[in-house]
Amino acid sequence: MIQPGDLIASLGSWLRGFLLSLGLAPGLVSVGLGLLPAILLPLIGLMMAIPLIWLERKWVARLQDRIGPNRVGPFGIFQVFADMVKIFTKEDLIPQGADKIIFSLAPVLAIAGVVGIWAVLPFAADVYGVNLDVGVLYVIAVGTFGTLAILLAGWSSNNKYALLGAYRAVAQLITYEVPMVLTLLVPVLLAGSMGLNDIVRAQDSGWFVLLAPLAAIIFMIAAQAEVGRAPFDLLEAESELVAGFNIEYSGMKFGFFYVAEFLHSFTFGALGAAFFLGGWLGPGSERFPILGVLYFLIKSLAVYFVFVWTRGTFPRVRIDQMINLSWKLLTPTALGLVALMAVAERATQGTPPLVHALVLLAANLFVLFFALLVMRSMSRAARERLASRQAGSGSGMVAVGGSRAPAGAASALRD
Amino acid sequence: MLASRGEEKMVPLSWYLVFSAALFSLGLFGVLARRNAVAILLGIELMVNAVNVNLVAFWRYLAPTRMGGQVFVVVVFAVAAAEAAVGLALIISFARLGRSVDADQADLLHG
Amino acid sequence: MSLAQVLFLIVAAVGLLSGLMVVTVRNLLHAALWLIVALFSVAVLFAMLNAGFLAVVQVVVYIGAIAILIIFAIMLTRREALRAGAQENRLWPVAGVLCALVFLGLAWSASRLPGAQSGPAQLPGSDALVALGTALVSPDQYVVPFEVASVLLLAALIGSVVIAGDRLRSR
Repeated sequence: MIQPGDLIASLGSWLRGFLLSLGLAPGLVSVGLGLLPAILLPLIGLMMAIPLIWLERKWVARLQDRIGPNRVGPFGIFQVFADMVKIFTKEDLIPQGADKIIFSLAPVLAIAGVVGIWAVLPFAADVYGVNLDVGVLYVIAVGTFGTLAILLAGWSSNNKYALLGAYRAVAQLITYEVPMVLTLLVPVLLAGSMGLNDIVRAQDSGWFVLLAPLAAIIFMIAAQAEVGRAPFDLLEAESELVAGFNIEYSGMKFGFFYVAEFLHSFTFGALGAAFFLGGWLGPGSERFPILGVLYFLIKSLAVYFVFVWTRGTFPRVRIDQMINLSWKLLTPTALGLVALMAVAERATQGTPPLVHALVLLAANLFVLFFALLVMRSMSRAARERLASRQAGSGSGMVAVGGSRAPAGAASALRD
Repeated sequence: MLASRGEEKMVPLSWYLVFSAALFSLGLFGVLARRNAVAILLGIELMVNAVNVNLVAFWRYLAPTRMGGQVFVVVVFAVAAAEAAVGLALIISFARLGRSVDADQADLLHG
Repeated sequence: MSLAQVLFLIVAAVGLLSGLMVVTVRNLLHAALWLIVALFSVAVLFAMLNAGFLAVVQVVVYIGAIAILIIFAIMLTRREALRAGAQENRLWPVAGVLCALVFLGLAWSASRLPGAQSGPAQLPGSDALVALGTALVSPDQYVVPFEVASVLLLAALIGSVVIAGDRLRSR
């Protein structure tokens, strides 16, 4: 009855038979079984956060040449549970003068903004919440709830530093929404549909990361900024604005924000895997959906690992540099990429797949070349500005020769 | 959604129209009766949304094959966004100059 | 009362209730949040009317951009707003009566429309999303309003940056 390959469908039909045999009305059973994925999917998503947090802490630690949590249980596996216990038992404060309803609503919106994306993730050929034909836009729409949550959290804390942190966070999030939406147009263009499952299926002749690598790169950068991970983690810059917009949050409410952030970056890893790495595609994944889920998981973890890798490697970017990067570099690049890809895609409509792939790759490299030119002139201008300010102020800065180094880091230290 | 059987009652068009009329009147009340400029803008947004509901209801019920209804709504989205942006920019620059954002008091063009 | 009707009544009730709260609450930020609820209920109505694309665009554009912009404006004009007096101006009863009359007139004429009591027409079998996209860019359909709308957005973008931006610092 339960075939190992088609595990989920056979489990579903077994459950239906079981409930019907208990004497429940068929309509009720249908509704109940329809609601079951709606309850299970967020639960699974939230439970995934537990091993993820442990994994990330170990990875980041190794990248930073330390060991990470290793006291609570073998290899520190139970560290996350210890953190959970701490968060549960902390006092749940509401600061005086804060807007109570909004203060309590903000963490809920933050989690909703992440878990809502799980409804459209294609885990396997037929394993998904719902196959919206506007799936990509739905992902963006749900993401805006997270932005709203941050703004409300900062405002309702009755704390001007929280508010400042919230302003900067929202500025960052809205700014990076633009290149994200534009780069997501590229897989939509190549697949001819906005539904995530269709995008995954369209990659069986070639993963989109090979056909449009520049789009994948811009998506990765924009995704990290959307989630608020380093190098864009001004959202919660622990060493700057005293943890940003969630200063006043403690206990379970803070736990919500914490889990939302981890889950958000894994969810973007899953999205990156679906859009660019072929989702659940792989040998045998059509016949055995469980294999599809496995492939999807592995690919999401791979993208997630790249996120963790950049987190452990790069220093933090300043807010104005970050916003400049988006508006002046990423958005024009993404626009040019979409335009050129549209032309290239249309021009190679009937040609053999190899020609099609090579033309698209060429379009990508073309846009990348121009983007690098722009980047070079921008950094040269920044370096000259820095050098003239150094010469003008005549301060006793030691690293004169080394100031040719990343202008961003040097100016971040001085400004 | 479940496939509708022949005798299952649908929502008549008039319900949508009455809803949008009610939302429009609420927005109109907000525009006419509130003093704060941003609150007036909230009323305007309600009115625009009521119009959108009206348009989509008519599109769906009377001419779902002609895309003009949805195109109209898309254009209304764009216009409402443009108007909200410019209106809020005006209000913010007013406030930055120290002028009142009370619509009854901000009535002199100079200054 | 079929399921569709019950659902519509629930969503419409939420929408109208939040609309009422938008125009009556004192705290402006709460009014903005009630507006978000109203906008979301309108998005649900769009989805019920088989206009899924418009529903999602409604959330992205209105809730994700305009509502956040409104909240920013409320936060940035707080000091000036605190100096003002009551929330309603002197003539609000007149406005109330006027709006009630407007509503009655609209509702009456709406229910008298031919075809107002009928159910929805048949949806076309083809993909509505593709049809919308084609309609927006095809030269014999609606490409001109589409382009004009984008020019309008560009003008609004430049205009609002000029109006609300700081005076150019001498950097």
